[in-house]
Amino acid sequence: MAASSRAQVLDLYRAMLRESKRFGAYSYRTYAIRRIRDAFRENKNVKDPAEIQALVNKAKRDLGIIRRQHHVGS
Amino acid sequence: MLLRTAWRRVATAAPAAPGPRAKAPTRGLRLRGIDLTPQSAVPSDAATALEAESVLRPLYMDVQATTPLDPRVLDAMLPYLVNYYGNPHSRTHAYGWESEAAMECARQQVASLIGADPREIIFTSGATESNNIAIKGVARFYRSRKKHLITTQTEHKCVLDSCRSLEAEGFKVTYLPVKKSGIIDLKELEAAIQPDTSLVSVMTVNNEIGVKQPIKEIGQICSSRKVYFHTDAAQAVGKIPLDVNDMKIDLMSISGHKIYGPKGVGAIYIRRRPRVRVEALQSGGGQERGMRSGTVPTPLVVGLGAACEVAQQEMEYDHKRISKLAERLIQKIMKSLPDVVMNGDPEHHYPGCINLSFAYVEGESLLMALKDVALSSGSACTSASLEPSYVLRAIGTDEDLAHSSIRFGIGRFTTEEEVDYTVEKCIHHVKRLREMSPLWEMVQDGIDLKSIKWTQH
Repeated sequence: MAASSRAQVLDLYRAMLRESKRFGAYSYRTYAIRRIRDAFRENKNVKDPAEIQALVNKAKRDLGIIRRQHHVGS
Repeated sequence: MLLRTAWRRVATAAPAAPGPRAKAPTRGLRLRGIDLTPQSAVPSDAATALEAESVLRPLYMDVQATTPLDPRVLDAMLPYLVNYYGNPHSRTHAYGWESEAAMECARQQVASLIGADPREIIFTSGATESNNIAIKGVARFYRSRKKHLITTQTEHKCVLDSCRSLEAEGFKVTYLPVKKSGIIDLKELEAAIQPDTSLVSVMTVNNEIGVKQPIKEIGQICSSRKVYFHTDAAQAVGKIPLDVNDMKIDLMSISGHKIYGPKGVGAIYIRRRPRVRVEALQSGGGQERGMRSGTVPTPLVVGLGAACEVAQQEMEYDHKRISKLAERLIQKIMKSLPDVVMNGDPEHHYPGCINLSFAYVEGESLLMALKDVALSSGSACTSASLEPSYVLRAIGTDEDLAHSSIRFGIGRFTTEEEVDYTVEKCIHHVKRLREMSPLWEMVQDGIDLKSIKWTQH
């Protein structure tokens, strides 16, 4: 299986930001958007494919967390 | 490609959620009324949803009192509140085994944050219980040979109260004074250690003034004099790097709800090499190596473990951000207002806890004026009384400055807008209150307040 492509990473980034904007609580919403932006920016120059895959997996898990939180927090 | 169209469908569906996002940037920054009814009820239709959203709540700037749950922590806890509800001490079925596995995983997470072995972590109901176990447990175990303890005057109430109850049992306690900076004098500590001292207890980061004690040096002194060293690290764990072996700490108290974890859980680190013996306070079925009997609350400890893991990953990022926000707050206030004193050493200081004294302004009236910001003028434990905090008295603050102190707490979720709003309101109200103050008038006229002879009637 090919390692995550640039397009996939960008899709993930957009999806995470979209989901974060749905948080009802001001603190969580601002934190999620800020942290996601800073984390993707910080890791943008990572070259090692194994490391990239690990980061992408972590991001997918965090995206799942954000989605579940919407059901809890309302 | 199918995946991408699925994303697009989800994205177009999202704006159908009720309107709070449209008001996003201004929410929480203006208080229109405090709704005392709990907001947990799910609104039945869009109209009531909007109504519920329009009741805003104060900004939260009191992270030393408690912190909100991090969403990642709540996510880790939920399965153990819903499906995996077994007792971790049940050894005969899968419910027990899975709870036990989660508990041990959490233990490993807490241990790795402080550089300890998982067998050295005991789960308790919070830092207060941990402090009680550490102080009373160690003192009572070694009571036949050692009858002396040392602590500081700026410790948390639970430590001071435990020491006081031990004094009633016949122990002797030395309460070390602190310098004006809030830091203890290491020479005084060395002089206070006697041959029959069993324990020295000094907190890592003070919850009222944010001062960092020289833990490494104290650990060095204690280990060289063969005295156990306990530190209440409730405000420090997960915020500054701590290593129990590097700093020669024998006992450490950890609190869950100070590091974005759940309330009602904490832990105590008890060193095994060399072994620290502790007399158990709570008798029962021998759980937690006999040191703290009682069923371990799996969802809470899973939350504590998750909070510790998140804190370990986010420590550097949070510290950098909080330092920047703290710098911004202090600079802005000091630039616009004269006669503001920051309590505590400016160098050995955790940036997220800022205690400022505004001269010629009464602290309670400033707190009431800043009603749309949740602040405190001391610790939550002492907020019920009108006395100025004993910590401020211990660092030698004048009575009038001690009464006018406010503690600003900056945490992981604090935004720049919240800091700016707080600063703006604070400056506005301090100026307004000073205009009304006769003391301020006298100072402006050049009268030295200390030279006034107030008449007695």
